[in-house]
Amino acid sequence: MNWRHWSVLVEAPHPLSSSIMSAVMITRKVRKWEKLPGKNTFCCDGRVMMARQKGVFYLTLFLIVGTCSLFFAFECPYLAVHLSPAIPVFAVVLFLFVMAMLLRTSFSDPGVLPRALPDEATFIEMEIEAANGNVPPGQRAPPRIRNVQINNQIVKLKYCYTCKIFRPPRASHCSICDNCVDRFDHHCPWVGNCVGKRNYRYFYLFTLSLSLLTVYIFTFDIVHVAMRSVVSGFLNTLKDTPGTVIELLVCFFTLWSVVGLTGFHTYLISLNQTTNEDIKGSWSGKNRVQNPYSHKNIIKNCCEVLCGPTYPSVLDRRGLMQDDLSALPSINNDSAPQTTKTTAPLIPNEHAPDEAKASAGSAAEKSHSPKEELPPTAKLPPLASPETDAETSIAKDKPH
Amino acid sequence: MAETHSLQDMRQQATISSKVFIQRDYTRGTMCQFQTKLPAELEARIDKQQFEETVRTLNNLYAEAEKLGSQSFIEGCLACLTAYTVFLCMETHYEKVLKKIAKFIEEQNDKIYAPRGLLLTDPIKRGLRVIEVTIYEDPSLTR
Repeated sequence: MNWRHWSVLVEAPHPLSSSIMSAVMITRKVRKWEKLPGKNTFCCDGRVMMARQKGVFYLTLFLIVGTCSLFFAFECPYLAVHLSPAIPVFAVVLFLFVMAMLLRTSFSDPGVLPRALPDEATFIEMEIEAANGNVPPGQRAPPRIRNVQINNQIVKLKYCYTCKIFRPPRASHCSICDNCVDRFDHHCPWVGNCVGKRNYRYFYLFTLSLSLLTVYIFTFDIVHVAMRSVVSGFLNTLKDTPGTVIELLVCFFTLWSVVGLTGFHTYLISLNQTTNEDIKGSWSGKNRVQNPYSHKNIIKNCCEVLCGPTYPSVLDRRGLMQDDLSALPSINNDSAPQTTKTTAPLIPNEHAPDEAKASAGSAAEKSHSPKEELPPTAKLPPLASPETDAETSIAKDKPH
Repeated sequence: MAETHSLQDMRQQATISSKVFIQRDYTRGTMCQFQTKLPAELEARIDKQQFEETVRTLNNLYAEAEKLGSQSFIEGCLACLTAYTVFLCMETHYEKVLKKIAKFIEEQNDKIYAPRGLLLTDPIKRGLRVIEVTIYEDPSLTR
């Protein structure tokens, strides 16, 4: 045995040691959200799903909570006594509704379409090649488009190169979140998430209720200032309640933007259009292609968008990874599972049968090799966000 | 690919020959409907009528889930009034129908498709994009 042979033996992962390592590592269940592609952040073990940039969302929260706190602190005591106690009560109800709608919009899955698994992607590629025929070398392949007829209109379905699917009608790929979203409306930085099929009605109710709240606070600010000025004079009033000035400023600027946005979305809903379609001019302008999704009746359109069924998320964020064996890249193929089972006595073997988790766990943990020596109860680095996950998944390819 | 060691559990140990994907049918809009046409790869394995019946039943179930009727309207209004907190304790109508669909597919697999060496995958596991039909080798060896 020469030196070179020995060094190869040392460097190459020994099947037994890697299976022991994988057996040690599978004390932790991996949920599907940890392995999802795309640039989303997940919280609460996959229950909450948002975009990566959340700065503007925090600003939205701050403005709403801050302005309402000022209202409750400065205006409400005076108005409750001098006008009616119903005023702050209604303000609280409205505030809670606004917050519920905002959080619901921000935290829910907008309707993300999962990417095609390798088998499906290959199948579609074969279909495309069959449809296109032989492309002579030097010529560009024709664009990947499928034509479907919806309500007597021809709608083109585009192929998404990232997700490897033909996008359903009205779906679009969000470059910020790197996902295809069904009935994609727009990516809203103010809510820190995409607005799509599943959360559009919450988004609309958020803008509507926020408009009402803004108008409400603005109106009662003015009423309060007017009532107090009669008694103490205008400048003294402003000195007594400095919060009023801030509230009036915030509400004034919010009014123009949010009320305008609500009006715009009301118009879109009545026509059953998305912001994306409106910006691209899909149903207006040249060719006079009519919107095939509209019921040609405002009430029906509104009912469909606002009172339609609550679509479930197709992402299955909280499912456990063991379900989809065919989806995982098989690093330790068939030999590893058997050796994992035979070396089970080294560790508590309640998690031993899961070879898929073992291969995923060992792959992710190869970049943290110093921790192999620790006992099974060692705390594994939490895969909290897809950023760390991307790094580990890139790292797993390198040792080989 | 795994070798066929035993025939007790076909799904885990039989050889996968190929997969066919039944695409969505968009002619009636964005409703979840699948194409009923029997793909060429399955012609040898299953009867056309049987397959069309399965897909048609699936389509009807999805149409029931997405129906814009009084039930969805009442559910929507109630949910809105409670700021959608009611869904913390109640299942949506769509989710109830999805459970029905999962049961239906399992039943179809057990009765009709497994004996022919085929396996239908619930479309919800593929993002409601396709019905994945897995074709296994050696149908005569399965139960």
